[in-house]
Amino acid sequence: MAESIVKHTATTMAIMVAFSLVGTVFLASTYLKTKAPIEASEAAAKMKLFAQVLPVNEHDNDLLNDFVEMPAGGELNNRTATKVYTARLAGVATAVILEATARDGYSGDIKLLIGVRQDGSLGGVRVIAHKETPGLGDYIDIAKDNWIKSFDDLSLTSRASKEWQVKKDGGQFDYMAGATITPRAVVKATHRALAYVEVNKTLLFAAHSSK
Amino acid sequence: MAVYKTIVENGLWKQNPGVVQLLGLCPTLAMTTSMVNGFSLGLATAFVMAASNASVSPVRKWIPKEIRNPVFILIIAAIVTVIDLSMNAFLHPLHNVLGIFIPLIVTNCIVLARVEAFAAKNPTLPSALDGLMMGLGLAGVLALLGGIRELVGKGTLFSGIDLILGPDAKSLIIHVIPDYHGFLLAILPPGAFIGLACLIAARNWAEQRKSNPTPQTGGALKPAL
Repeated sequence: MAESIVKHTATTMAIMVAFSLVGTVFLASTYLKTKAPIEASEAAAKMKLFAQVLPVNEHDNDLLNDFVEMPAGGELNNRTATKVYTARLAGVATAVILEATARDGYSGDIKLLIGVRQDGSLGGVRVIAHKETPGLGDYIDIAKDNWIKSFDDLSLTSRASKEWQVKKDGGQFDYMAGATITPRAVVKATHRALAYVEVNKTLLFAAHSSK
Repeated sequence: MAVYKTIVENGLWKQNPGVVQLLGLCPTLAMTTSMVNGFSLGLATAFVMAASNASVSPVRKWIPKEIRNPVFILIIAAIVTVIDLSMNAFLHPLHNVLGIFIPLIVTNCIVLARVEAFAAKNPTLPSALDGLMMGLGLAGVLALLGGIRELVGKGTLFSGIDLILGPDAKSLIIHVIPDYHGFLLAILPPGAFIGLACLIAARNWAEQRKSNPTPQTGGALKPAL
């Protein structure tokens, strides 16, 4: 009796292990096969996003491999370490692309990708992640509305500090009735990012060469 | 042949997972904000169901009763991961939209339910067909519900189809109601519940009319003598 229980348990275990092994082999081979295409499509998606915050003709370097690590927190308010990409034209730094987080949106963090040129003007701003109310606050998303394009080419000099607010608060930025908190957060975060670039200009646009 | 006909009927209508069995409600409610989203997730689920039923059925005799659930889940999880990776590689934009709901197909009880209730007892071919038909039945419901919510909520149909067919397909998006300001409720979660309830009611109504083509006049109840 005792022996049959042991035998039964051993068989069951062996079968479970066998199935796990087959599953592992199956998964590992799929992983290896899809690894390159996934990396390629992720890189392509990233480049597509970069092209929206910085016109493609303004750089000729391999953006994806030309970055410095940026710790979490600080002026940019990111919750995790991020990468700041440097765009170069014939070796000279022309712009940086960085991430910033607005923590004061209507629901949850709003993550922004911001392109800032050497002269301090914005190449563009895009929302890369948000949880704002669909149909109300989500017009900050380029997929829903062109509102985010109103940042294009602005800079700290073209607009005074107090104009970096939504119109309701006395600034220059449009907003939609019923959803003011969301654009307010985006405007504030973008303004903060511009100020950050201004202060750290020498560091960010340093002539360190790409690998 | 009659067996296959029954399987098809069960999957698509009689035992439809979306509006009759009401299994797998999480994706049904969450991903049906547009027709394309609903249908794509439904199609992925159908594929997983056909594949998991087809892989469990041939080995069913070697799976001891005690460990059948872990083995089933292992098989389903492996298939879902393969689909997740493949979609990430070859349909990247759509994968971004469907996001977490692709891996979550593993937890969709309709998949495990069909493996346990059908594939573990039947030969391979009918099992694969059962999985496919149940999945397509679900995909149909998801597409319909997504279409209704999209139409009522945004006034469009087929929005996001460019994620599947490439940017050229953008012209296929139909703006049914021009200058529509949107009806937010339909897009938000309550819209999913209300829409699904309407679909269930419509199906029940159709079923009742079929079984009772000449309704009794006045609806008077016969005394139970």
